[in-house]
Amino acid sequence: MTHDEALLQFLLRMGDNTLILGHRVSEWCGHAPVLEEDIALANTALDLIGQTQLWLGLAADVQGDGKTADDMAFLRDAWDFRNVLLVEMPNGDFGQTLMRQFLFDAWHSIMLGRLITSSDPRVAEIAEKASKEVAYHLERSGDTVVGLADGTEESHARMQAALDYLYPYVGEMFLSDATDAEMVAAGIAPDPAGLRDEYDALVGRIVDTATLTLPDGRFTHKGGRDGRMHTEHLGHLLTQMQWLQRAYPGASW
Amino acid sequence: MAQVSTEQVWDWLDDVPDPEIPVISLVDLGIIRDVRWEEDTLVVSVTPTYSGCPATSVINLDIETALRGHGIDKLELRRQLSPAWTTDWLSQKGRKKLEDYGIAPPQPAGGPAKCPNCGSKNLQKVSQFGSTPCKAHWRCQDCLEPFDYFKCI
Repeated sequence: MTHDEALLQFLLRMGDNTLILGHRVSEWCGHAPVLEEDIALANTALDLIGQTQLWLGLAADVQGDGKTADDMAFLRDAWDFRNVLLVEMPNGDFGQTLMRQFLFDAWHSIMLGRLITSSDPRVAEIAEKASKEVAYHLERSGDTVVGLADGTEESHARMQAALDYLYPYVGEMFLSDATDAEMVAAGIAPDPAGLRDEYDALVGRIVDTATLTLPDGRFTHKGGRDGRMHTEHLGHLLTQMQWLQRAYPGASW
Repeated sequence: MAQVSTEQVWDWLDDVPDPEIPVISLVDLGIIRDVRWEEDTLVVSVTPTYSGCPATSVINLDIETALRGHGIDKLELRRQLSPAWTTDWLSQKGRKKLEDYGIAPPQPAGGPAKCPNCGSKNLQKVSQFGSTPCKAHWRCQDCLEPFDYFKCI
């Protein structure tokens, strides 16, 4: 694997995470339980899509064949995506959506904090911009997880069920492979495995405050960030997200 | 035409309103980071408030329209990401105009200092997000008016 091939994979992983989660969260637009939450979810999705434009724009530059961020988002198929499985999981109920958001935000904030000192200034400046937005996302998703879990019997049970369902997808964010080794060697990005302790401390604190119980097992589903095997949910998501370009190739306004 | 001074260009840009909050200018908002001549081309560096803010493309169009209207032919807009935009860059004039308009200006403490309508400090946060990416939604417990608060980042 050449340096540029590894850099491209790394950028796709960052940009596909924010693209797929941004699309998932946007599915709530017009359907959230109250207007304020609807607006909050839409704004979170907007931040993530904005970050996607930066990451996939840079990925397209590195690929160097004249493609754009839009091409990367709309003209690739499921097997080309490099997002972790966690972000493609269905929204479920409002609690499951916020639990997924919290589990991702916690990783995202730690990762972006490291990337601010990346040896590649193009990566560092995107991380600097995104980390401010993500700090805000984390504050909100963490507060909401606590509010719902330490709420009524019903909301507590739903949040515990959401944590039990999603936790087996957390481990994939901390797996390392040859791409990561190349990024570490070049000083561009940290080894994902090295972020786990900080993540566990952060998530553990919120889970305790929320009166939830972290599942014991460390088994993890994987296959998203290396594109080996996505869940069946990604293809269904893409049929919605990419519908316009598939029905009317090249359409623009 | 002869090259106008960059000070003149800054003055022109201070007349271009923010498309979402038209009481303040793009210069008040702190998103114009640099104005310079590179040979015969005027280069304006603009930083986004939030990376996904839909106003960004409108802002670029408004800058271009305004400067072309002032006779600038060769113009280049550059996106500058770093240093990342912060509400510290809002001008004092801009903060005052926001408050007069009914939007509480950002505070380092993380919440509005007082109700922009009645001045009460008895306030409640309704949602961390509001009508645009840069605002949160608050309510005054005394006059009962809801209002926007410009998020501090």
